[in-house]
Amino acid sequence: MTVIHLTGVGRTFPADPPVHALRDVDLRVEPGDYLSVVGASGSGKSTLLNTLGLLDRPDSGSYLLDGVETTTLDDRGRTSLRGSRIGFVFQAFHLLPHRSTVDNVALAEVYRKTDRAHRAQRAEAALARVGLAHRAAFDPGKLSGGERQRVAIARALVGEPALLLCDEPTGNLDRANTGAVLDLFDELGEQGVTLVVITHDEEVSARAARRVRIDDGRLSEELR
Amino acid sequence: MTVGRPSMGVRDLLDEAVAGITARPVRTGLTMLGTVIGITTLVITLGVAATAADQIAGRFDAVTATEVTVVIPTLPDPALPGPVAWTALPDLVRLNGVRAAAAVARPDSSANARVRTNDLHDPTSVTDRILPVVGTTTGLPDVLGASMATGRYFDDGHVARHDRVAVLGGGAAKLLGVVTVDDGPAVFVDGQAFTVIGVLGPVTGGLDKGLSSSVLLPHTTGDDRLRLGPPTTVLIRTDLGAAPLIAEQAPIALSPNGHAALRVLAPPDPATLRGGVQHDVNGLFVVLGLVSLVVGAIGIANVTLVTVVERTGEIGLRRALGAARRHVAYQFLAESVVVGLIGGVLGASTGVVSVVAISISREWTPVLDLPIVAGAPVAGALVGLLAGLYPALRAARMQPVDALRSGT
Repeated sequence: MTVIHLTGVGRTFPADPPVHALRDVDLRVEPGDYLSVVGASGSGKSTLLNTLGLLDRPDSGSYLLDGVETTTLDDRGRTSLRGSRIGFVFQAFHLLPHRSTVDNVALAEVYRKTDRAHRAQRAEAALARVGLAHRAAFDPGKLSGGERQRVAIARALVGEPALLLCDEPTGNLDRANTGAVLDLFDELGEQGVTLVVITHDEEVSARAARRVRIDDGRLSEELR
Repeated sequence: MTVGRPSMGVRDLLDEAVAGITARPVRTGLTMLGTVIGITTLVITLGVAATAADQIAGRFDAVTATEVTVVIPTLPDPALPGPVAWTALPDLVRLNGVRAAAAVARPDSSANARVRTNDLHDPTSVTDRILPVVGTTTGLPDVLGASMATGRYFDDGHVARHDRVAVLGGGAAKLLGVVTVDDGPAVFVDGQAFTVIGVLGPVTGGLDKGLSSSVLLPHTTGDDRLRLGPPTTVLIRTDLGAAPLIAEQAPIALSPNGHAALRVLAPPDPATLRGGVQHDVNGLFVVLGLVSLVVGAIGIANVTLVTVVERTGEIGLRRALGAARRHVAYQFLAESVVVGLIGGVLGASTGVVSVVAISISREWTPVLDLPIVAGAPVAGALVGLLAGLYPALRAARMQPVDALRSGT
């Protein structure tokens, strides 16, 4: 089933003159795709991310996520869908201080109906997947930037989301850590995880199998 | 696939709330301080008030609380029969709750009788003592709670035979120099001789009213010889707790036709007394405690509001992870409720310890109302709930997009 299916999506912000953040966007992402979205700031990148992440609702068009039409869902339905089908990775990591690494990963299940008994086990498994099993009991403050982002990725992977949505995942990382995170993305891509990475960094986007460019609200796929 | 409702278990909510609070223990402690002080003040105030009131009520010991006096109006002519006859006393004693009763005739005319112990006329010294002379029934020592220092009290036989015997109050015996009755000393009251058969011991309680410094005669003898007349006072010793009831019933039992003319002196009701004291002490300090609670609530609200802003990123993350607005609201609400609850528990504990410490230092018995102690944590939680409402709504209203973009 197609993970993301955008048809004629538009989003306009009321201003003078109105800002057309997305204009008639069409996009299909199939399971296992590794897609990067590049664009300068102000190009509509963030709006696309918010739309894909069900954090914002388009004014027009249709967005099917994992086969579910999202534009007609109410806030509660989109929240539930977001929690169960999308794993987010942010530039700022958003790890909770004073909570252990494994607790941070397990946080992903707090808003889902899962059994509590094996939650820590699943979190540890996710940590192992990003190569941080040995850091489970650590305070995130004691980890390096790259490790922190990998913890955040582990948190996003808990519950096998249909889509891993990454917003500038390497924005806060140095070159070495960036490389490690991108290697992890490659690995996840090979494991069949559907990845959408939004970035302004050409080097990061070059690692993705598919690349779309957004410019002034219009999306164009770069064929290689 | 179906789209369910976002859900969150209660245990998860509590876990998250506790984790949120314990992340910054010092700040949480300071946030709690207002509530702790408020609850402490309230518990100390109410506790000390209850303790002090109990202390005051305790002074009305069993002796005082069982004394009822019926005052009978005196008639201009003591020869006339009064509103209460001597024979009415058994009707009173029969009442349930009366332990002992005695009628006393103490007309004004006999308040200053000239009493002496011998008939010797010694011009160099004053041998006459001015003492009140009182006619009584036989139950007087029981009513007064007094034992006999020496000798015995007169009995029904003495009364029936109109015997010329007398019992001296302790004070009167001392004044007259009577220490023993073995040799049958006599006292002369207005020139008439009476044989002293006993001396009354010390009188406890409040019914004495000068009886211990009086010459006590059988009422029949007193009426014959000194025209003491009908009873002027009836003294009643009741069972514990029966005083208010007996105070109502005694006049009717004594004088079914003339009870309205009788005046009853009964001890104040301890419960009323205690309530009055509590009322006095409480007012100001309860206001003080409530003000502290309000300040505490404002403190919690302020800090929670700051925390909400600080944790914008966390709120965004939680929304991204599938938390509904209400989940975010619940979490901040739960955090402030737990802060208030812990503050209430700490405050109640401090308050109880303080009340006990104050009581020990004053050698009082600490008295604590269980509902107050148990209710204090609830009050704290309530303060937290009210204080957390606005910050929780602010947190819930936050847009996840904005929240996630903040760098924290």
